[in-house]
Amino acid sequence: MIELVFTDRCTGCNTCVRICPTNVLEAGNGGTPVIARQEDCQTCFLCELYCEADALYVAPNCDVPVTVDADTIAASGLLGQFRRDSGWHEWAGQSPNLHWRMGELFARARSR
Amino acid sequence: MSLTLETDVLIIGGGLAGCWAAIAAAEAGAEVVLADKGYCGTSGVTATAGPNHWWVPPDPERRAQAVRERNARALGLADPRWMARIIDTTWRTLPTLADYYDHSLTAGGVPHYQSLRGPEYLRALRRYAEARGVRILDHSPALELLLHADGAVAGARGLQRQEGPPAGRDWTVRAAGVVVATGGCAFLSKLLGSRNNTGDGHLMAAEAGARLSGMEFSTYHTVAERHSTQTRSASYAFADYFDADGREIDTGGDPDVTVPLARALLAGPVYATLARMPADLQAILPQIQPAILLPFHRQGIDPFTQRFPITLHGEGTVRGTGGLRLADEDCQTDVPGLYAAGDVATRELIAGAISGGGAQNSAWAVSSGTWAGQAAARLAHGRGRRIGEAVDAAGGAGLRPTQGPGTAKPDASDLTRQLYDRVRAEMLPYDKILFRRAPVLTSSLETLDDLWRVARDQLAPGAYATARVRAREAAALVACARWATAGALARSESRGLHRREDATALDPAQAHRLLSGGLDSVWVAPESVAVSTQVA
Repeated sequence: MIELVFTDRCTGCNTCVRICPTNVLEAGNGGTPVIARQEDCQTCFLCELYCEADALYVAPNCDVPVTVDADTIAASGLLGQFRRDSGWHEWAGQSPNLHWRMGELFARARSR
Repeated sequence: MSLTLETDVLIIGGGLAGCWAAIAAAEAGAEVVLADKGYCGTSGVTATAGPNHWWVPPDPERRAQAVRERNARALGLADPRWMARIIDTTWRTLPTLADYYDHSLTAGGVPHYQSLRGPEYLRALRRYAEARGVRILDHSPALELLLHADGAVAGARGLQRQEGPPAGRDWTVRAAGVVVATGGCAFLSKLLGSRNNTGDGHLMAAEAGARLSGMEFSTYHTVAERHSTQTRSASYAFADYFDADGREIDTGGDPDVTVPLARALLAGPVYATLARMPADLQAILPQIQPAILLPFHRQGIDPFTQRFPITLHGEGTVRGTGGLRLADEDCQTDVPGLYAAGDVATRELIAGAISGGGAQNSAWAVSSGTWAGQAAARLAHGRGRRIGEAVDAAGGAGLRPTQGPGTAKPDASDLTRQLYDRVRAEMLPYDKILFRRAPVLTSSLETLDDLWRVARDQLAPGAYATARVRAREAAALVACARWATAGALARSESRGLHRREDATALDPAQAHRLLSGGLDSVWVAPESVAVSTQVA
């Protein structure tokens, strides 16, 4: 579930509020979004994909909230990984979309 | 202030099927409003996935062979004519996305139309729909249908969660035709992208008089890392599985590992490794499926060298095959003017008693959406909007408790949570769903009938948007659970996805579809020849 909004990175664009499929976030009074309904988070990571400031962190645990250390996460290089690997925004052209090779995964697994 | 709109076609749901329905209706000249429970572009199970589509070139012999092969596995419940239709419609429709999706090119320079990355696919569909003039209402769940005195659908009502919080803003849309495309019901399992898939459309349609079909085929499961939502099966095609003592679990060489893994999980923790994935594929996996590695990296797990705990997430009717019965080739339900597209509709027509998986279900979403959108547009062009006529609201449980004012009712949020948890307790445990037995099903159905009475009588949603949406979800979850459980009890055999421990053989006398329906009293009955879904 989503655990962190990095207010020092957030530009206050509220794109995450708009695009979250389960309406987890709300525009906050301080200009940055707040996590208003964490229990509705479906751990789909799509908020991270749409966040051009890499200001959101979704913990992989979908069952229970977990404690995460913001400084450790910020230093980990994990922020923005989904967006980079997907080649979105400024990463366009730098990480090719190889989804079409999905069929090869199944085929080669079967041919073991 | 509420929002009131009049339009030709209303689409409820903005995932794969809803988007294609909206585009088709708009291309046919209709004015279209699309109301999504979440955000059209990230909503629905496809947005988080990477669908392939059933893709067979227009060579008559190849297509006939594809249909023959698939129909042979459908265990008698599919219709080859519907299979041929979706192959053809998908082939002709999917390439029209090219202006909005950056397709990869095959070695021969031909765009690779059929296999798409989910987030990019739904983003493209939103742009495509907007370019065709579709008016999209995001975060605007529908709560109930509106009906004419003659029983035809007249529109819907819902609320806009992000307008004027916390109460939200009510919306009413009057339309000549309504397409329900709200997805399958995943019973709040942790299946990726399925939080909104609570069966809302099934309930709304049933309240309006629609019947369902195949709800007993609601047992599909997918592997994921233990606390993760990443139910992406391609990588797990390379998985080996182990019990807590490190003994390898024999999955029988069958690609469907559900039954052996579920038995093992009932006995204790199960671990997997993806070590067999070849190094060249490991290296490009982030470019094939960018999200699948996130949970591993974030927990410091190397899935290619280490063993990690896994679980199986139930999919309910998502990659099950049951849903709203279709009365004609336009995907019209039993309710005049109400069409069903995608996973909310029964997929028995194309998949039979086994799952359509990703590729067939995606082709179904494209095709059923396209047909439903076109038919709704024709209806608007022919009969018109009927705006001047009085209409009735069809909704009940979760909207209007039957216990009147003055009755002490439990707090809505507490009651909603209890209903969520109790439905999950009947619909998600492997021993109840995958290894079905009559006494357990009977007991589940009694429990669920009690829950329905509670939802119907006591669920008073209050004034806040979130509570209103959740109360309606709770009622829908209970309703879908009852149809699925009643269907499972009625089908006293094992067939495809439906496995009965007390009737393990396929019974040739039950090679028919089972219809179901009802709210206060749930019923199940074999589909007779008289009502079978015929393609003209």
